[in-house]
Order: sequence, then structure tokens, then C-alpha cells
Amino acid sequence: MTIDVATVRKQYPTLQQEVDGRRLVYLDSAASSQTPEAVLDAMDGYYRRLRANVERGVYRLSEEATARYEASRHRLAAFVGAPSPDGVVFTRNVTEAINLVAYSWVRRRLGPGDAVLTTAMEHHANFVPWWHAAQDTGVELRVVPVREDFHLDVEAMGHLLADGRVRFLALGHVSNVLGTINPLSELIALARAANPEVVVLVDGAQAVPHLPVDVAALDVDFYGITGHKMLGPTGIGALIAKPERLEQMPPFLTGGSMILDVSAEHVVWNHPPHRFEAGTPMIAEAFGLHAACDVLDELGMDVVRAHERELVATFLDALGAADGVTVYGPTDPEQRSGAISFAVDGVHPHDLGAMLDSYGVCIRVGHHCAKPLMRWLGVNATARASLYVYNDVDDLAPLLEGIEAARRFFAR
Amino acid sequence: MTMDDLYQEIILDHYRRPKNRAPALDGEDVHVHHSNPLCGDELDLRLRVRDGRIDGLVFDGEGCSISQASASAMTDAVLERDLDDALELAEDFRLLMHGTPATRPDDLRDGVVFEGVARFPVRVKCALLGWMAVRDAIETYLAGASDHAVTYDD
Ligand SMILES: Cc1ncc(COP(=O)(O)O)c(C=O)c1O
Repeated sequence: MTIDVATVRKQYPTLQQEVDGRRLVYLDSAASSQTPEAVLDAMDGYYRRLRANVERGVYRLSEEATARYEASRHRLAAFVGAPSPDGVVFTRNVTEAINLVAYSWVRRRLGPGDAVLTTAMEHHANFVPWWHAAQDTGVELRVVPVREDFHLDVEAMGHLLADGRVRFLALGHVSNVLGTINPLSELIALARAANPEVVVLVDGAQAVPHLPVDVAALDVDFYGITGHKMLGPTGIGALIAKPERLEQMPPFLTGGSMILDVSAEHVVWNHPPHRFEAGTPMIAEAFGLHAACDVLDELGMDVVRAHERELVATFLDALGAADGVTVYGPTDPEQRSGAISFAVDGVHPHDLGAMLDSYGVCIRVGHHCAKPLMRWLGVNATARASLYVYNDVDDLAPLLEGIEAARRFFAR
Repeated sequence: MTMDDLYQEIILDHYRRPKNRAPALDGEDVHVHHSNPLCGDELDLRLRVRDGRIDGLVFDGEGCSISQASASAMTDAVLERDLDDALELAEDFRLLMHGTPATRPDDLRDGVVFEGVARFPVRVKCALLGWMAVRDAIETYLAGASDHAVTYDD
């Protein structure tokens, strides 16, 4: 099975546009993916037919909306192999999912003498919440360095774990800058060998859209997801957790929906996952995320992965052969995703982005919310082209053309 | 957008062959470092003042063509000027970047060609970096200090 990109593209209205008479070439799905008709229809259907609040009404419209909202939870649980739908908490995005854990687990349970271990490869979303919690609680923040081959330094990680004080491990599944796919099982086993009680959170923002993921098989405590990178709408993400962990946790945000009883004397928290969904949730977005899971499963996540692996190999070969281009990230397509960071000699990423825009090519330039990694790379910014189901080899030529034009234009 | 709206030939000239670009300045009175973490522009500016005038001014840094070219054009426009005159000119440039026509286009010299940058909001910060740095360097000097660092965070 392969992806028929021409057919896929027809389902994305944004990709039908032209920029200055050129086909729009979207190479920024690592920042946010495009939205297929099926997702637009699902959200539209909510607003046009099922518009009512959820978890409250006794009339049919609300009951139906509630059933569909909960069906979205089950759909996502099935899509990522969650241990149970009760372990799926809808959040605004992965940033909020991670903060939920930082507030309701780490800040409540860790203190001076304990350590949180994260890595130098993380997106700020999986770095700053731990830094902040460490500041507030006296917990020590430790950071696994990156090796010259753009993989985590497993040996150094062993040393950081050696004293057994690491009680929480926060790890990215796939790097949004380097594309590196981290060997989760190996890294988690290492942490558990040092401290069997260690609690593990994985930031899956760049993994779930691109690889088959089975959270239960990974045996992690928490796994964060963001909808807008997996063909879903903005404004919805999820925390996938072991239900027993959620049972142990106090709420993060409080208010309506997340309680069973309230009086001036006492409040009884609702059961997970509702305990962590205060207020009216993102209902249309949950419908949309449901549809996004359907679209990805129809393609088949194995097929999606195979498509991207082949495409990234082609892009890496071409960029590697292009004059003045340096790629930051693993060279083996088996060990990386389709997020390709690179530099072009003599051209600042900002200028490159402007030139590529004039060719209708959308890439991301900047620090990619990963400043610790940028510091390690020794650069202020990189350019990043990233691939998804609607990209194909025909997106390569406009990219290379724009890069070459930028080299000529800005040559000193 | 078209590349030519943003990247005038004069801007590219300043980028390729910057004026007053150097890592050090003899007899430096003030050094300021300005950075724009969002896009990764970095600028070091060194100022020497004699008799209330800008007697020496060099910049060094790393960043996009707009930020580096604008800093180069800035040094050219403010060298030899009285400090308060240079401050006024920096204000004129700042307003230019916010869409107000320059009141002293001739004094801004090549700075005026950056007028088009005002139409690209994300690049305005880049064009302003050098000018904000010289303003800060002068104010730092007037306050009797010799060092200042500024990080722009939006
Ligand atoms: C690896 C990784 N983690 C976290 C995030 C944050 O995602 P969001 O902004 O949707 O919370 C991103 C996206 O930019 C990412 O790439």
C-alpha cells in the first residue's frame, strides 16, 4: 500500500491555492498540518446539527453531542493505543497536557532532593514546565545532552540517573528540529533500572501524526498529543495517562464539570478523565479530532510512515547534494521523521524563508521553540522543511530552486 | 510579496559590503549588545564619543540581511553627528518603520530605502535593531555607564 498523493491533496482546500501563480508547497506540517474536508465537515456538523453543551443536557441534542464527544475520546484512545478511554483527558494542546502533569503530579509529589530528568532536544513545551516547577519546588532539573550524531547521549543519561534521585522522566518521542526518533523503550528501561518508581512522560506531538504509536505498549505513565499537527483542528490536544495515575492526582484547573458535589464545606472531585476537564470543553474540535483519526487510519499509519520514510530519504539525498546546504539531524531515514532542519551557507534562515515564500514554498525558520537545542547546535536559527501525507517528490524541486535562488541573491 | 519590495539593491549592498563592521573599537566608551531571540538577530555596537559627537561607531553581529544592512546604513548616517541629533534621527527612523514618512530623509541617507520594510511587520524588528542599539548606546553614555544589554522579547 502506498499513498496516492494526488488524491489525498484534493481533500485539502488550502492546498488548492496558488501563490503568485505558483502551486502552494506546504513544508511546515511540523508546525501545524493542513486540514482535510472530513475534519472540516465534522466540525461543521457539530455547529449545524448538534450544537449544544455536553455532559449537562437532558434533551436529545445535548445527549447526542455528549455521546459524540465521548466517542471522540474512545476514537483517540483506540488510535494511540491508550490503556483506557478513561485515561484520555482532552486539553487545549500538548503544552497544556504537559502543564497538567507539571502542576498535578510533579509539583505535588516532588521536592528538594528529587530530580526531574529531561533532554536538551525538547521543545520548550517539554522543558519550561519542568524548569518552572524546579524553580518553585527546589527539585533539581537534569538535562540529557545530545550526541554529535543527533541522538541522545545514552551514556551521559546513565550517569545522570546513577544516584537514583530521578523520580520523573520527561522525554520527547520525536524531535521537532532534528527529526530524531528516540529509542523510547531503551531510554525508559534505563531510567527504570536506576529507579523502578520513576514516572515517565513522553511528548508525542511529533510522533503520533507520523508513526504508529501504541501508548499502552510503551508502558509510559503520561503521553502528550496535540491535534493540530495530526490533521486535526487547533485548540485540542490530549493527555493520555494510565488511569491509576489520574486517580492519584488532584485537578489542575477547577470549576464546572470536574466536580461531583460542592458545598461551602467540601468539594468532591469528579472521576478521571472529567476531573481534568474543567468548564465547557472544545466540542467541535473533539469531533474534528475524531475525523482526523479516521483519515489517518484510512491511510494506515504504517503506510503514512513508509511514505514519509521514503520521501525524507529523497529530500535528504537532494539537500545533501545541494551546494552550501548543511542538514542537522540523523542521516538514516529509519531513525528519523520528516522534519528536516538545515542551514544554507551565507543565507540567514529568515532571508531564506522570505525567498522560499516568493516561490510559494512554506517552511519554518527560527529557533523552533527549542533554544536549548539551538544553543547546542551553536546557531540562532535554522530553516526547517517538514513532510506529511500530502507532500511528494514534486515538492522537492521548488524547495531546491528557492534555496539556489537565495544563495545567488544573498551571496556576499 | 515580491523579493524586490523588501530587498532593495542598496540593502543588499550594505549586507554584502557592510560599512563600519568591526569586532572592536579603539578608545571605545560604550558597548551595547542587542538581541532579538525570536529571529536570532544579534548585534554588538561600540561607540566612541568626543566633544559630544559620535566620533567612532562600529557594529558586529549575526542576523538576517535586513538587520545587518540596516545597522550598516545606520552607522553611516549617524557617524560624526552630535549625540542629541543622532537620537532624533533614530526616532525619525523608528517612525518610518511604523509607516510615518521620514522628516529628515536626506540625513537618514541609505536608511530611507528601508521604508518598504514597514510593509513587512515581521521584519520591522530586524530593521530597527541597529537604530535601537545606537539610541541605547547614546543613552547609556549619557547616563555615565559603559555597558548595556537588551533582549527584545516579542
Ligand atoms: C515536540 C513538540 N512538543 C510540543 C509542541 C507544542 O505543541 P502545542 O503548541 O500544540 O502545544 C510542539 C509543537 O510545536 C512540538 O513540536
